[in-house]
Parts: sequence; structure tokens; C-alpha cells
Amino acid sequence: MEKKGGKPIDYEKIAKMESFRQLSRKKNAFLWTMTVIFFVLYMLLPVLTSYTKILHQKAIGEITWVWFYSFGLFIMVWGLAHFYVGRANKFDKEAKEIIEEYERGAGQ
Amino acid sequence: MSLTSIVMFLAIVVVTLYITYWASKRTTTASDFYTAGGGLKGWQNGLAISGDYLSAASFLGIAGSVALYGYDGFYFSIGYLVAYLVVLYIVAEPLRNLGKFTLADMITARFEMAKVRGAAALSTIVIVLFYMIAQLVGAGALIQLLFGIPYWVSVLIVGVMMTIYVLFGGMTATSWVQIIKAVLLMFGTVVISFLVLLKFDFSIFRMFSEMATATDAGEAYLNPGLLYTNGINTISTLLALVLGTAGLPHILMRFFTVKDAQTARSSVIWATWIVGIFYVLTIFLGFGAAAFVGKDTIVAANPAGNMAAPLLAEELGGDILFAFVSAVAFATILAVVAGLVLSGASALSHDIYGQIIKKGKITEKQQVMAARIGSLVISVISILLALGAQTLNVAFLVSLAFCIAASANLPVIIYTIYWKRFNSNGAVWAIIGGLITALVMVAVSPNVWNPEPGKAIFVGTPLVTLTNPAIISVPVGFICGWLGTILSREADVVKYNEVEVRAQTGISVNEVSH
Repeated sequence: MEKKGGKPIDYEKIAKMESFRQLSRKKNAFLWTMTVIFFVLYMLLPVLTSYTKILHQKAIGEITWVWFYSFGLFIMVWGLAHFYVGRANKFDKEAKEIIEEYERGAGQ
Repeated sequence: MSLTSIVMFLAIVVVTLYITYWASKRTTTASDFYTAGGGLKGWQNGLAISGDYLSAASFLGIAGSVALYGYDGFYFSIGYLVAYLVVLYIVAEPLRNLGKFTLADMITARFEMAKVRGAAALSTIVIVLFYMIAQLVGAGALIQLLFGIPYWVSVLIVGVMMTIYVLFGGMTATSWVQIIKAVLLMFGTVVISFLVLLKFDFSIFRMFSEMATATDAGEAYLNPGLLYTNGINTISTLLALVLGTAGLPHILMRFFTVKDAQTARSSVIWATWIVGIFYVLTIFLGFGAAAFVGKDTIVAANPAGNMAAPLLAEELGGDILFAFVSAVAFATILAVVAGLVLSGASALSHDIYGQIIKKGKITEKQQVMAARIGSLVISVISILLALGAQTLNVAFLVSLAFCIAASANLPVIIYTIYWKRFNSNGAVWAIIGGLITALVMVAVSPNVWNPEPGKAIFVGTPLVTLTNPAIISVPVGFICGWLGTILSREADVVKYNEVEVRAQTGISVNEVSH
């Protein structure tokens, strides 16, 4: 981010801008939805292994479903990590536009 | 101790000391000392995060657990990895945008009060000390086994090395020790995994079908239930693993070594791949050790299974691979404890001395001096504690550190960034509430009390059956933060505007990281 020639930043003004409110809402909705999803999928593992026998059944040869579920969680981590980067790059662009909008307003 | 071992051991010492010498010439300001000037690239920091994170508990501990308990040993690998999604989605970028050197900096970006900073520094120091004792006691025992030197000498060697890295080379030396260690560790793990797969003709199916009969547990080895039989306990442990990472001071500190949120993001991606691939490979290390070394030999060398990976290396690759893996284990320990010293010193010297006692009125030169003295103090305390704790079973301390991090640090981090109504009273309550609950519940747990003499620290009946209290202490941390907030009228909407704007956009990050 560029510095603004030593002028103090009016955070309150940015915080009240409609474009910023929208970005903040969108970003938080995205973060927390995804977090709930991966958290539930992860915590389901010990619940299923402790209270059911579903994952103890053999899937292919001697490999039981629990290994597939576990490996699925690994794939989920890598997948969601890259998914996050894609979304975050978009958010960065919007944040930059918001700052530019603020600077235009502040310059007048 | 063979000649190959001595050569590789010395090579690690010489290379890391040279790096420290090189780094010492670039360490003049407090920012150099704590954050390597904030100039690390994404891949460098990603490797350093991996080097910081893959402790001896991961490398030797998980390989040993998988070898002895099959699938149940693998739970840790999954939890430790999924934790990075919490770091990436919730914590990394706002932390980079708001903080300077420490977790307390980030929280006090919103509540500039000594009590908040003090509470955050306290929980950091407690976590660092627990984690460090576990690492140092483990290191002493391990080096004793690997190289045949007495326990106290081993602890002193590790202790002196970590002190030198941090004292002279600060974060620059620590980061590069971690980067080199991560590369060596990955190389060693890939080589062993390759040799294990070779034995199974590169067929995963063949590996699993042989493992179904290779151990005396039979097919049960390939299913959950050999180690964890209590459902609530399993859930609680896995909860601590996934939420703890995002509150571990030495991991959080790594996000201040990069220039902006984008670089913080890319370093987590790097770390996710490296750490993830490593954890997949722990299956091969564990299965290989169970099949080719055998449970009896592993347990005879160390009851917790810590020698599984080195013994497997010896079995498959002879003396040279054994020496290499032992040297890697040594480097692993050094990299992790150096990171811990640095994060402990930052809480002690920057938060408590510089910001609370001196109220920030401290010159650059004094800051660096304070940082060095703080590192020395943290090092000496932890070496002394480790020397005294030789006979204690400290394996539970690592998961306890994760539990405290999840209970005391994570709630306050989340509230500070995302909850408008949150206030300083809530911040102190969240930290202290989570910290005390976790500590008290462990103090009355089966880790500390066992009716049979020698099984735990004290002889007696534990008050709770949970070995890891996360399932209680994490919610308590969140509830305390909420209660403390609503019981106080204080609210700071103006300051929250600033925090929200900075966290979401990264504006003014130059000012903070300066």
C-alpha cells in the first residue's frame, strides 16, 4: 500500500464507506462459511471413528474408509488453501479500489 | 557413535554457526532481531514455518505412534495439517496487518493498555516454557540415544546452540536454521519413504495388505481404536490440535517476518504443501518401522516409539542413513527451540520490559540489548527446567501447549479482529480464563495423577478423565471473553473502525511494520 504523504488516515470515514462495508461483509461471510465447513468435516472424523463403525469397513483390499476420509481431508486442505488465495486476490483488488476511492474523496 | 555420525553432527553445528555469524552482521535493529527486518520472501517464510512447526514430536513422535498404534498415530498428522486452514482463513492476514513483533502488539493495536499486553505476554511465556521443556527433555533423551552422550550434556549442547543462534543472529539466523532444517527433513523423509515403498513394490495396496498381518494387532492396526478408546478424549485432543496452531506464539511470530498480507498468504500456501506432504509420508515411516524394525525393537529403544524413524533408517539405509537421520533430528530440535526462545524473548523484552515497564520510551539500541538479555533469560530458565525434568514423562506437554494456545490465545485473536463490541475487559478475561482453565484441568488430569507409582508425576486418582482439556477449556476461553465484555460498559467503536479497516485492507501496514 502506498503511504499518503504523512497525512493521518481517517479510518472512521473508510469504515463508513458503503464499498468498504460491502467488502467487509462479503469477506467475513466467505471466511466464516468456509471455516465452519472445514471445521465440521474435520471434527466429523473423530465423531465417526469413536461412535460409529462406518469408517472401519474395508473399501479396497485392506484399506478401510477411514484412510480415504483422512486423505480426503488432506485434499481438502490443499484445495481450500488455493481456493482461499483465489478469493483473497479478488478481495485485494476491491480493497485497493476502496482506498483509491477514499484518496480521491480525501484529496478534494 | 560412528565416524559418519560425528561428521554429520559437526556439519550441522558448523553450517548453522556460520549462518549465525553471517546473520549477526545484519542484525542491528529491534526489527532485524525479532522479524529479520520483515524482509523474508513467501517461499522462505513458508519453509521456515514448516521448519518451526515440524518438531521432534512431529518427526519422531508421529512416526513412532504410527509404528506402534497404526491409524491412531496418524490422527496427529491430520490435525496438525488442517490447523493451517484456520491459520490461513482466520488469523494470518489480519495478524500481519495489525501486529509488529508479537501477539500482544496485535491485540493492543485495538486496546492499548498494560493489562491487555501483560496478559497476552503472560500466556505467550507460559506456552513457550511448556513447549520448550517438552522439546529440550525430548532432545536430551534423543541425543543421548543417538550419540551416546549423557542427558545433561545433550541438553547443554542444544541449549547453548539455541542461545547462540538467537543471541547473535536473531530472527535472521533462526529463520535460516529453520529453512535448512525443513529441506533436510523433507529430503530424509522422502528417501526413507522411497525405500519403504520399494520394499512394497510401490504398491499401496500391497503395503496395506501386508500391514494387516505384519503386527500382532492384525487388521485392527489399520483402523482407529488401538490408542484412543475414549471418544470424548479423542475429540478433545483433535480439537486442541486444529485450533492450537493459530495461537502458538512461535508460529504467529513468523507472520511478522514478511512485508505484507499477500506474502503472509503465500507463505501459508508453501507451508501447507510442505507440512502436508511430510504428514502423508509419516504413514510410510510408521508402517515401515512396524514392518521392518518391529514393535519389540522400537519399544526396547524407547517406550514412546521415538526411535522408530532412526531405526528404520538404519534398517533400510545402513549407517549412513542412520547418521543422516540422526543429524536431521538434531537440526529439527535446534530449529524449533530457537524459534521458541525468540518468541519468549519478544514477550519478555518487547512487551513486558519495553512497552509496559518502559512505556515504549526506549531507544533502538536499548531494544536490541533488551531483546538479547531476554533471550538469554528465557534460554537459561528453560535449560534449568529441562535439566530438572529429566525423569518426568513430558510427552503430554506438547499437546498441552497446543491446548493453552487454543484456549487462551485463539479466542482473544478472533474477538479482537471480528467482534465490534469486544473490549479490553473481555480481552483480559479471555486470555486469563482460557489459560487458568487449561492449566487447572491438566493439573488434575491423568497426565499428572495416576494411582500407580511411576506412571505420572504424582501418585493419586485424577479428578478428570480428560487427558487433553481442550473441549472444555476452549469454550471457556470464548465464554470468558464474551462475559468479560458484556459485564463492562466499555466499548470502543472508533478504535474498532481502525482495526477493521487495517485488518481488511492492509492500509498503513508500512507504518506498523516499520
